[in-house]
Amino acid sequence: MKTIVVLSGKGGVGKSSVTLQLALQLASTNAQVGVLDLDITGPSLPRMFGVENYKVLQSHSGWLPVRVSPQLQVMSIGFLLSDRGNSVVWRGAKKTGMVQQFLRDTYWGDLDYLIIDTPPGTGDEHIALAEEIKTVDGAVIVTTPQMVAINDVKKEINFCHKVNFKIIGVVENMSGFKCPHCDECTDVFNSGGGEKLCKELGLTLLGQLPIDPAFVETVESQKIVQMYGSTSMKKVFEPVAKAVEDKVQATGVEQLST
Amino acid sequence: MPEPVPQDLKAPEPEHCPGPQSEDAGKGDACTGCANKEICESLPKGPDPDIPLINERLKDIKHKILVLSGKGGVGKSTFTSMLSWALAADEDVEVGAMDLDICGPSLPRMLGAQGETVHSSNSGWTPVYVADNLGMMSIGFMLPDEDSAIIWRGAKKNGLIKQFLKDVDWGHLDYLVVDTPPGTSDEHISVNSFLKGSGIDGALIVTTPQEVALLDVRKEIDFCRKAGIRVLGIVENMSGFVCPGCHGESQIFKATTGGGEALSKELGVPFLGSVPLDPRIGRACDNGESFLDLYPDSPATTAILDVVDKLLEAVDAE
Repeated sequence: MKTIVVLSGKGGVGKSSVTLQLALQLASTNAQVGVLDLDITGPSLPRMFGVENYKVLQSHSGWLPVRVSPQLQVMSIGFLLSDRGNSVVWRGAKKTGMVQQFLRDTYWGDLDYLIIDTPPGTGDEHIALAEEIKTVDGAVIVTTPQMVAINDVKKEINFCHKVNFKIIGVVENMSGFKCPHCDECTDVFNSGGGEKLCKELGLTLLGQLPIDPAFVETVESQKIVQMYGSTSMKKVFEPVAKAVEDKVQATGVEQLST
Repeated sequence: MPEPVPQDLKAPEPEHCPGPQSEDAGKGDACTGCANKEICESLPKGPDPDIPLINERLKDIKHKILVLSGKGGVGKSTFTSMLSWALAADEDVEVGAMDLDICGPSLPRMLGAQGETVHSSNSGWTPVYVADNLGMMSIGFMLPDEDSAIIWRGAKKNGLIKQFLKDVDWGHLDYLVVDTPPGTSDEHISVNSFLKGSGIDGALIVTTPQEVALLDVRKEIDFCRKAGIRVLGIVENMSGFVCPGCHGESQIFKATTGGGEALSKELGVPFLGSVPLDPRIGRACDNGESFLDLYPDSPATTAILDVVDKLLEAVDAE
């Protein structure tokens, strides 16, 4: 099994959205994919995968994640809350406990990929993750093009170095918006930040994803799992997922030979 | 500058730690066998002795407004900076902006104070003044270099927040605007418990139109209710985009469930308005300039000023 962590120092740049696309894309290649949502205070994945009302089941072997498709399972604290509006007001120690429990007690079965979505920043959840799993096959860093986002992302990259997470590359999200009226592309959140960041730090730019309102709407309508194959974002994301896949598989070989 | 360490715990807190400052510290089930047991048992209990100091320090601040959102990247810091610029437009109003986002401080850049350092004097840490009547303070100023990651557990963050509130010499202020990180965790619990005594006017909740964001915002409002923080209102950011090429309007983040306005009706909190997405806002923030001053005739400026007016009415209506 390959473990991929999706990270960003900044909130709202599309970590969950990239996690979603990566999971759907890898699952569409017949791999078994598990998705773990470590955002304890703001879990978005249940809503995005369209499984908001599902609950986690307890079995002899541990917690059973929610199965979204034959290829895909999701685990999130969202499935454990009695009401979707309930807040989880927890200090760090308790969040750490929850992260450990998710990582230890979830029974995934046989997986080809485990994709871990994280909250913004470098806090308790991240420390707990780094302490709990020693083998991360790669980290995907998500950013948006503004400098404000890039600043936070640099911190996250530093974090990856400190805890020895191998960085697969950077995905620049929300890079441009194509006006549906005149087809002109506007850089809504400035431009070029991801590219500059990658050059500066010697990282791979995995791709630049434009804002696609049709995609946002499909996710909002909670039908993305069924509709993914027919979205225009699939074509844009395919090479990104391929690059991630290749890099992750390659690191495995490297580990074997050393 | 002294290294802000709140407690000298020997080991990380265990899974079900009751919290080193709680009444049960050292006595809980999880404390048995914990390396910190003795330290926790001996820590002072009951009301925090620092709270009177914080109250004293902040007594000359007339209004304190928290800017909250469960979701990241919806524009908390952007709105904090706009609100600060807008308030400071009146020369007679003293404004302070405080950045509590320890892992990702954005305010220094947005207020054009990037690269500044904080000076410490007998009376405490002096805020960085970006205008005559606009001071700001951020954890960003205390980092050795801009890119270093702050990998801190909650307890350590609480210590820094306390020190922030206790030691920053704001002097007399009409408004203190507090920017927070996303979520409902240590920073939020701490700032609320530390500021309770000196009085928080309320919270401004920032959201974007999608249900994925509203979902987290619901949680934040639930937190405000639990914590007894008054919700001054919800502002919806990034709602609608006007193409600079053809001036056609489109919904980048479509409000499939009615957006911020429907949420505020549902939860019975005031709706302060929607701010459209103007690409120049992001650029002005990246450059640390006031968007309101640069583009006074942008529809976004009108919308922001309108929200600020309504917000101040809500503050005064107390």
